[in-house]
Amino acid sequence: MSKQLNVALIGNPNTGKTSVFNQLTGLKQQVGNYPGITVEKKEGICKLPRGVKAHILDLPGTYSLNASSLDENVVIELLLNKNDKDYPDVAVVVSDVENLKRNLLLFTQIKDLKIPTILVINMADRMKRKAITLDIEKLEDRLQTKIALVSSRKNTGFENLKELITNYKELSIEPCVNASVIAPEYFDRLRKAFPKQDLYKLWLVITQDVNFGKLDRNEMQSITTFQTESKSNLKRLQQKETIVRYQFINGVLKETLSIDHLAAKDLRSRLDRVLTHKFWGYIIFFAILMLIFQAIYDWSSYPMDLIDETFAAMGEWVRNTMPPGAFTNLIAEGILPGLGGIVIFIPQIAFLFLFISILEESGYMSRVVFLMDRIMRRFGLSGKSVVPLVSGTACAIPAIMATRNIENWKERLITILVTPFTTCSARLPVYLIIIALVIPDRDVLYIFNLQSLVLMGLYLIGFGTAILSAWLLDRILKIKSRTFFVIEMPNYKLPLFKNVAYNVIEKTKSFIVGAGKIILAISIVLWVLASNGPGDAFNNAEVNAVERMQAGDFPESELDKQIASEKLEYSYIGYMGKAIEPVVRPLGYDWKIGIAIVSSFAAREVFVGTLATIYSVGSDEEETIKNRMAGEVNPILGGPLFNLASGISLLLFYAFAMQCMSTLAIVKRETNTWKWPLLQLVIMSGFAYVVALIAYQLII
Amino acid sequence: MIISLDLLKRGEKAIIKEFTLDMVPLKLLEMGCLPGNEVELVQIAPFKDPMYLNINGSHLAIRKETASHILVEKHSQ
Repeated sequence: MSKQLNVALIGNPNTGKTSVFNQLTGLKQQVGNYPGITVEKKEGICKLPRGVKAHILDLPGTYSLNASSLDENVVIELLLNKNDKDYPDVAVVVSDVENLKRNLLLFTQIKDLKIPTILVINMADRMKRKAITLDIEKLEDRLQTKIALVSSRKNTGFENLKELITNYKELSIEPCVNASVIAPEYFDRLRKAFPKQDLYKLWLVITQDVNFGKLDRNEMQSITTFQTESKSNLKRLQQKETIVRYQFINGVLKETLSIDHLAAKDLRSRLDRVLTHKFWGYIIFFAILMLIFQAIYDWSSYPMDLIDETFAAMGEWVRNTMPPGAFTNLIAEGILPGLGGIVIFIPQIAFLFLFISILEESGYMSRVVFLMDRIMRRFGLSGKSVVPLVSGTACAIPAIMATRNIENWKERLITILVTPFTTCSARLPVYLIIIALVIPDRDVLYIFNLQSLVLMGLYLIGFGTAILSAWLLDRILKIKSRTFFVIEMPNYKLPLFKNVAYNVIEKTKSFIVGAGKIILAISIVLWVLASNGPGDAFNNAEVNAVERMQAGDFPESELDKQIASEKLEYSYIGYMGKAIEPVVRPLGYDWKIGIAIVSSFAAREVFVGTLATIYSVGSDEEETIKNRMAGEVNPILGGPLFNLASGISLLLFYAFAMQCMSTLAIVKRETNTWKWPLLQLVIMSGFAYVVALIAYQLII
Repeated sequence: MIISLDLLKRGEKAIIKEFTLDMVPLKLLEMGCLPGNEVELVQIAPFKDPMYLNINGSHLAIRKETASHILVEKHSQ
């Protein structure tokens, strides 16, 4: 077998690069992270003609090689490092036929790195409607490249692209633009100082603030310190370079491209007139949010009930079929309930990612940014903060990563700090189960369901707190930073089913696997702690219970339950719970809830799994988590443990507390210091405790 | 007539002349906002901020503050 071809997909955002990637690789793709950073790394395998296989790397979207964010750094770092194992044999630059001019800027830069480069012109199916004609042959000639005209929507042109990739050796590596014309003298000096290096590469190394970790240190050191020009002069030269490139592109396109502008006036302007309207724009945005909300709460409840029941039945089946013993108990009482607590998430997460990826794919998200920028700025945020705040309803981790395109550091920092207040999907199972227990299921004003209203209230509280704390932070933080904002308003597109589906599957999978690992580990530990105990009290629990029954404390039918609860009380976890009980008692919780809260500092969704594990230890009946929780009795006050007061208190605690280690880790990575995540942890959790305390004491 | 870009009205077109910024953001240039290009104000958000522009077929939105540093020449009627 021959060596795999390394192919890098490069392109501006919104060019359909991901669709091209999906078409090339199908489901043979995987998403990971670049080592040490949180930038998503998508790669896949593509079968080419004549038995050749290609390893395709989908690089983050970028407008140029002048990196201004971590994501863009990844692109330039790879392209400058010949020793990287992913260094491309051939670069495929994806462009959109309607934005060819802007897309070609990046193309000329890549080409000048002397990497064999293929130009993909995507969305070819739109050409006719937009009255665009292209002289491909001439364009190929002028850009000294091969062009694949494809349509990822209609799935055309890909065979040709694969053919071109296979024959990459025939591609010319002549540069398009001679960058040294912007400062001949300076480039001359460069050439003399480093005769062995490629000139344009040198220029990029000098002008970028990239950390060239993987490159040869010594050599780079001397290059980056080669500064005969001041920083601001270098910036001016970069601008000049951009202008020179555009001059070249304009010249090329003048000969090869023609657009009938009259025909191009179309759907975009008609949709924009409504969707960015001063009044209707906001109404529509709000309606969409309501729809998303409805889907998460209402539509996903059916599959969720089904999952809940299935796991209860599976536990029962394991108990009945497998030989009794510690191992069976571990599976039936530890692992299965714990896993059930995470699998139950799938419908909601899938719905959330479904909506978010549709909004992004369609181009609507940019309109929201446009509409909200002015309003968000009042609170120290940016219009671009809307994307993190909305996707924060799925998960704070991708949301915090999505703040990277906010140019202003202060706005970005505030967005990062307040995003964890938005109601992420990990809070949902906690909310849902507690709402189901303490809020009556009845209609208000005929159309609204009370439970659903409470849930919506919690979302609003989360969002409101985020906005309010942003406003406070804006006044407290003294950070000077340039206020510069630019966002592309892409064309409206019908989202491609394949892209959306892959995205939903991929995101859901990584969430479930990531959280599942923690939850599985925690549920096993919890089970061990709950089914063992120190000293005689635990071992004698059964004898004690029998004695108490004989003394007439409770009827025989309750024996099993009494044994279980006594055992639990004297288990390791029972002692631990008792130790923290004084802290959670004023909030209306017993020690079991206390344990669940402590374990959910690893991740919120552990709460339900923990309670499920604790409650199922020693219980024989097939029961759902909800029924078990409803049956819990407050040991001191009597009555159900989960009543209105303790329920509301719990809801509020979960709304505000910072209980997600992964989020803290991401915040540390994005802000580059422990200061901000630690502040988040202390302030949010402290606030949560105080609010929960007040709520409980007021209602009880 | 030369005015700053933030004074353009919806639907109006003009030619970008120059920037009154000491340091022009590179990203702006890369997105196609270059002197000599035609700019059309497509849509404005409430309070005229931000502004949604069409610069030679490249659609982008910038804040009013940035727009006030871009000088344009309005087409004579």
